[in-house]
Amino acid sequence: MAVNETLATYSDWCFRAAVLVYVFAMVGYAVEQAFTRTAKKSEAARELVGAGGPVPAGTDTPAYGRVEAAPRRDRAERAGRAAVALTVLGVALHLASLVLRGVATQRAPWGNMYEYSMATMLIAVITWLVLMRKFDVRRMGVFVLTPVVILMFLGGTVLYTDAGPVQPALRSYWLVVHVSAAIISSGLFLVPGVFSVLYLIKAAHDRNPAKFARLAPKLADADTLDRLAYRTTIFAFPIYTFGIICGAIWAEAAWGRFWGWDPKETVAFVAWVVYAGYLHSRATAGWRGTRAAIVNTTAFAMVVFNLFFINLVISGLHSYAS
Amino acid sequence: MTAFLRNTWRGLTSMRTALILLFLLALAAMPGALLPQRSLNPPRTADYIAAHGWWGTLLDRLEFFDVYSSVWFSAIYLMLFISLVGCLLPRTVDYARSMRAQPVLTPRNLARMPHHAQATLPEEPAAVIADAKARLSGWRTVERDEDGGGKTLSAEKGYLRELGNLVFHFAMLGLIVALALGKMFNYEGQVIVLADGSEFCNSGTAGYDTFRPGLRVDGTDLTPFCVRVDDLDVSYFPDGQAEQFTVRMDYQAGADLDAGTWRPYDLRVNEPLRVVGDRVYLLGHGYAPTFTVTFPNGESRTQTIQWRTVDPQTLLSQGATKFDPPGTTDAEQRRKSQIAITGLFAPTAQYDGTLLTSGHPDLQDPAVAVDVLRGDLGIDSGRGQSIFEVDQSLVDQGRLVRVARQNLEVGGQLRLDDGTTVRFDGVERWAYLQVSHDPTQVWVLVFAVAMILGLGTSLTIKRRRLWVRATPDDAGRTVVSVGGLARTDQAGYGEEFSRIAAALRTPRREP
Repeated sequence: MAVNETLATYSDWCFRAAVLVYVFAMVGYAVEQAFTRTAKKSEAARELVGAGGPVPAGTDTPAYGRVEAAPRRDRAERAGRAAVALTVLGVALHLASLVLRGVATQRAPWGNMYEYSMATMLIAVITWLVLMRKFDVRRMGVFVLTPVVILMFLGGTVLYTDAGPVQPALRSYWLVVHVSAAIISSGLFLVPGVFSVLYLIKAAHDRNPAKFARLAPKLADADTLDRLAYRTTIFAFPIYTFGIICGAIWAEAAWGRFWGWDPKETVAFVAWVVYAGYLHSRATAGWRGTRAAIVNTTAFAMVVFNLFFINLVISGLHSYAS
Repeated sequence: MTAFLRNTWRGLTSMRTALILLFLLALAAMPGALLPQRSLNPPRTADYIAAHGWWGTLLDRLEFFDVYSSVWFSAIYLMLFISLVGCLLPRTVDYARSMRAQPVLTPRNLARMPHHAQATLPEEPAAVIADAKARLSGWRTVERDEDGGGKTLSAEKGYLRELGNLVFHFAMLGLIVALALGKMFNYEGQVIVLADGSEFCNSGTAGYDTFRPGLRVDGTDLTPFCVRVDDLDVSYFPDGQAEQFTVRMDYQAGADLDAGTWRPYDLRVNEPLRVVGDRVYLLGHGYAPTFTVTFPNGESRTQTIQWRTVDPQTLLSQGATKFDPPGTTDAEQRRKSQIAITGLFAPTAQYDGTLLTSGHPDLQDPAVAVDVLRGDLGIDSGRGQSIFEVDQSLVDQGRLVRVARQNLEVGGQLRLDDGTTVRFDGVERWAYLQVSHDPTQVWVLVFAVAMILGLGTSLTIKRRRLWVRATPDDAGRTVVSVGGLARTDQAGYGEEFSRIAAALRTPRREP
């Protein structure tokens, strides 16, 4: 099974171009974030409604006390819109890179850590685009793209693996099912992880306005951050559960047991339990809000820990990195 | 006393306790990922303990190297299990009750609901309510009359959410029980079988190199079946990465055992042989060099013994093939002339001077670098010894002496001072097989699937209420007020509510 070197090279170019475009997009979001004037009360109220409140879009009342008829798009707004356009371009390049890898190697393009982290980040950015379409969260783009760019940079340097075939243990259709479920859920989890961190910043500011005085007023309100984190998580959690169960089914066929407390399995279990804790904490008196956000952040930290630390530092059955 | 018990029970089954137990479970599972575990890798665990002095010993006494069978880990999940049962039983009762209950009374002021719409329609209140009821198919509804000629309709939907929730949690309980039963009745054994037509039968624990029984397994009642390993094919990419391992084998079970019928199977990684409830896996492979020793009296003995892999990349192997001199009845004499061939085997020989290493895992140019030892192998002492090495203490005592050291290619031979010759004839592959037996694992799968279904249901379906109030106004028309409330998470109900409310406000077209 020969690897198509030309396509593999094109894939690498697309990957680099995608990272570069994301960096530009990140700058765009950062400019918007930095130069947005703090929203006026009336606008803030409108945003709350628009962002998942009970009244459907189109029926909200206009903001009072605004004189100018058609407000000119200011520089911050233009930067934000450019950033979205760049993000879309980045996703296109990113997707092209992944598809080319798959075609070049004639297999699912997630057989090593470089490909895995690339695919996960693609899902994260797509999640972000979907959320931006439905909710007014664009200004916070810099906080989502920064971890994406960092993880992609690490993926493209530390974890980079030449396009090639996978070892016999990975020759199974479960590679497609189990790993793609892991990729989709992990990519989805990145966004609520970021939102929960932002929630903690915002909530700290709301309790004491002196804290994060420059940053917090430009974030969405705490309620929106909490709700979006929760909604994305409950979408991702069943996929994550499905991924773990598929992993168990695969392990039964490949390693002779469905569960053996291999380090990767263990930390996946730990992250699953912490996510379960998050879902319960939002329904428990005294645990809503800040505590729930801390739990959600911890859960995402476990997912990242499972990807990097467990695969690179601890040797186990999942050590496919090299 | 009863008050104490009741409070303990309430405390244990409260959501807050369950949450804390969940976090404790996560925390307690972590050391198992960070520290070597005895169940996964006993030698590494022993090395770790030895390398960390009193700290290692302390961790060992606190069961940090057997986390998942430790007292504290078991205690946490047992408490979580009890807490779960205590939470689920009342919820199940509540759910059964709610299945019979009618939707709640319409609140006095629907404008206060999170979702609200209002309109004035020309129809009678009764017609409006009947229309609303017809449109709300799939909802559980109840009509009520109000003072002043008004009518209301209470509707509720999404009962499946709680059902999904209960299914998920009960399935999890079932999964834990199935796991526990599996630990009782499962077993797992590993064995090396030469790929030269050698047979292995699952008839007792003695046939295995290693055997791990469940708590209730004594090894006397294993599922009878036999396998015969005919050949082992390995294909490689040019860079030495393995492409596929295939064990060509035959197996027999059940009636075939008596009839002597063999059925062929190609055993591969990811494709275990499933036979009479047991599974046979290919875990690894390696080489077994064949040596022939011709003794001075002209008799010769040939043996093919597996050597263990020391470098998994190149399959450089190491081992010891041991020979007893034939025709020697005097024990004293035997203990002076036993022979062991130890050293390295390389499937693709590369030499650094005379030092043998392997350049590739496939059999391209096999060679051995052997020490031939003569003397007392210690086989008569009754003490068990490794098949991969000689007893070093005998060498140290001078009872086992090196009499030759040489590199041999296939067909090559060396001659000892007493006229004995040692010939390297060739090499066979061996397959490292595992037999697994777990009668409850299919139940674990069933419960896991039920968990997924329950989870999906409970996280996608929303429990929601809708009320319609129709009151006649002075002009002979009807004021219709609609209110909505999602009982769990408000998110996502708004769109559905608006659609329903809009439909209710537009007069129904007659067919």
